[in-house]
Formats: sequence, C-alpha cells, structure tokens
Amino acid sequence: MATPWEPAASFANIRARAKLLADIRAYFQNTGVLEVETPVCSAAGTTDPAIESFSSHYTGPGYPEGLTCYLHTSPEFPMKRLLAAGSGSIYQICKVFRAAESGPRHNPEFTLLEWYRVGYDHLRLMDDVSGLICSLQSERCEVEKLTYAQAFQRYLAIDPHSASIAELHQCAREQGISLADDFQLPDRDAWLDLLMSHLIEPKLGQDGLCFIYDYPASQASLARIREDEPPVAERFELYWRGVELANGFHELTDAVEQERRFLRDQKVRAAHDQPQMPMDRHLLAALAQGLPDCAGVALGVDRLLMLLSGAQHINDVLAFPLERA
Amino acid sequence: MASYSTNEFKGGLKLMLDGDPCSIIENEFVKPGKGQAFNRVKLRNLKTGRVIERTFKSGESVEAADVIELELQYLYNDGEFWHFMDPDSFEQYQADEKAVGESVKWLKEQDVCTITLWNGTPISVTPPNFVILAVTDTDPGLKGDTSGGGGKPATLETGAVVRVPLFIQIGEVLKVDTRSGEYVSRAKED
Repeated sequence: MATPWEPAASFANIRARAKLLADIRAYFQNTGVLEVETPVCSAAGTTDPAIESFSSHYTGPGYPEGLTCYLHTSPEFPMKRLLAAGSGSIYQICKVFRAAESGPRHNPEFTLLEWYRVGYDHLRLMDDVSGLICSLQSERCEVEKLTYAQAFQRYLAIDPHSASIAELHQCAREQGISLADDFQLPDRDAWLDLLMSHLIEPKLGQDGLCFIYDYPASQASLARIREDEPPVAERFELYWRGVELANGFHELTDAVEQERRFLRDQKVRAAHDQPQMPMDRHLLAALAQGLPDCAGVALGVDRLLMLLSGAQHINDVLAFPLERA
Repeated sequence: MASYSTNEFKGGLKLMLDGDPCSIIENEFVKPGKGQAFNRVKLRNLKTGRVIERTFKSGESVEAADVIELELQYLYNDGEFWHFMDPDSFEQYQADEKAVGESVKWLKEQDVCTITLWNGTPISVTPPNFVILAVTDTDPGLKGDTSGGGGKPATLETGAVVRVPLFIQIGEVLKVDTRSGEYVSRAKED
C-alpha cells in the first residue's frame, strides 16, 4: 500500500488555520494580553487521573544519570508561575500532548490556546471567551449560560448534585444509553460524565455558544470551590454545536488545597493502576508566594477550526494527524 | 478466552455481546476533557442481523467472538438442513433454517455463498451478489409489449419473486441482484 505522505487537511483548511491563529493573536494584542512561551517538556506532570501523559528522556550535560520528563498536557502550571511572578494577563498558543486520546474530535497532539486574566472570575472570563469567538466569525453570535445543575434539570430532569449512582444509572438506561448488564464506572462523577457526554453535550450550543458553569465540587480540578449549598466549583465549559470547546476556572490560589488535590489525584491513580506522576513543586512554591486572583481558560484550537470550517473530523483540519505524523 | 481491549476496536472486529456474536460497524471515542473516556460503538448482531449500539468504558476488555467467513458451495437441502461444501477441502457444513433466513429464496445448487461460522457452526448465509435464475411463472398475457414501462412479478426457480419487464416470459433466464432483489438483465444460457 502506498505511504500516505500527503496532508490530511485541505489547503483551504491549512490557510484557515493560519488566519485563525493570526486573528487570535490580534484579539489579544488589542486587549492587552501578553503572549508567552513555556516548556513543552518538564520533570513534573499532571496528576489528573483523567489525563495520561507522554514521557520522554534527556541524558546529557547536567543530567549524567538521565532525566525523565513529561510532555505537557496543558501549559497551566508554568503559566501560573509567570502570573505569580507578576506577568499580568498572559496567553499562549502551543501544542499539547495527551496519550490515549484519538477519535473524531481527538488527536494525541493538538493545539491549545490558554489564557489568564488577572482580576477576573470565571463569569467575567466567559464573556471574554465569547468576545473572542464572536470576533472570529461573521454570523450573529448568540450566547447562552446554564449552570451544570440547570443543564441536567432541563435535559434529564435530574439533580446532578444529589442524585445517587443508582439514579444516574437508571437515568442512563431510561434515556436509551445501551450498557452491558455488569457495566461499572469508577465513581459518581464518571456516571455524570456518561450522561453529559451522551445525552446533554450533543444538544448544547446548537443556536450559538453555550456555557455550562458551576460544576459539582468533586469536578473542581484546579478551580476554586464556592461554599454554596451545595458547594460548587467555579469552573465552566464552553460548547458550540454539541462540541466541547473550552474549559475555564476561577483559579485556585491556595497552595495547601492545591497540594491536597495533587495527593488525592495520586491516590486515585494508585487505585486504578495508573502511573504516579511527579507533582509540580514549582507550582506549589509559586502558589505559596501568592498567585493573583485570576481566571484562566484552555480552548481547543483544532476543534474551533473544525467548527469554523464545517469539518466533521479533526483529521480534516490537521496537516498530519497521528496516522500520518 | 480471547478478548479485545477498546483500543483494538475498529470496523469488522467480532465481539461477544449478551451471548451473541457481533461485528463492529462504527467505533467512536468520546471523552470530556476532564473526565471519563468512553467508546460508543455501533455493532451488527451476526445472528439476527440487527444493528445495536453499546457504550463501553474506555480501556475495558470485551470477549472476542470466534467468527470466520468461508466461501462455500451450496449442495442441497434435505428438508431440515441446507448443506454446503468447501470446494478445496471438501469439508461439509449444514446450516439450519435460522442461519439461512431470507437467503433461502436465492439458493441455487452449486452457487458459491458466503457462510459465517460461529464456533464452527453456520449462523448466516449470504448469497452471491448476482444470481442467474430461470423464470418458472409469470403472467404471459402481456406478450408484445416491449415498452419496458411498468413491469410485472415473476417467480424464479428458487422461489424468489422479482419485478421484471413485461417482455420476460416463462423459461427465460435472468440475472438478479440479491442485495436489492432487483432484476438486472436477461442472462445468456451457457
């Protein structure tokens, strides 16, 4: 069989990518956000059990015994160190790497736009995100905002904060998700992910941008938790035409809480036979020094390009996806 | 027992699902950025032919189905079973009514069919895409009309009924597409 050496994406989409990158840079230039670069390869990695890292190895001057390093899955930790050092609002466009993710909307290597606004909370950052995306397209830009609880209430008539695993399981079956009789998931959040990804996500953002915010505290990731009743994570996700496009946080600034979450992640990884990841001590030190109040968001540039160009598969916007890389 | 991880999923892979052998039609990887990954899979139940959907947790393993496809020559029907033979090894297989299903109306002795075996037993029979069959019955009253418009039903030697042009007569030999069940042309007799 002939080696597929040609690009997977059309030149129209390759040119659309160049224009998109230029437009994004112009937006941040106009709003006074500084472009930065941080290391792709780091001795620390993400502990998030839902994300698997690529690892690599350096041996040479300075490291005669060799150094295992991890390709970043997002530039979040070093960008927060810049913020703690007084950078002010910053953004970065970079390739990130996630092992074990490939499909119509996933390539293990993809382009992320990540930015932080000093003094913003997650609600104000959502307006910034829609400001950016609306500036990139000429169609009328409708924006809808729903809390996580409102989305589950509207589409499934269930309370995601209080429903038991048995109730979530029953809801999945009633709504027609076909599962084996002995189907199991590791925890309650995975059941919420099942309902979200299969039943809610496809319906979100069909008439414009749809933000889902105030997540269950158990899905806080690196967001702060607001002690409401029930407590919620000040986190949001953006959906457009049923596609998950961005994830943002009102950033956790508490170093002690951050370390507690790292350690909890490590426990979950150990319980599921996942490798332990070296946690980022630099980040903890930076948080201890003081991270300014800020909100940050990561946006999938390839998916944004898919939506802007009408592509159905991520390979249609990548010059050389994994199979051709 | 052989099994497949979800990472091995692709079109055509044969799995056991609820006790029946199935073939993957479509496999979609679904994963929230910060959450659990799933494989949403569309499969064909190889016994019933029905298409089903199933969601798996990414990384889990699923029992493999021992399914193979063979090109076998149809020999005869003994009233209960349809007998087929491997033209190379001369090994014979018998398929029951359930396995033969709708294909029965196309089975002509000596034709080579695709037989799906599960654990060594035929579970489905697929006739050749095109078969050559003689007309045993059709309305003769319309002779002379060569317009080709309309058409009429004709019964073929295997029992199948297909729509044919008005000029087709009893005893003529036709080429038929078994996938659509449609008349293709007159066939020349060898």
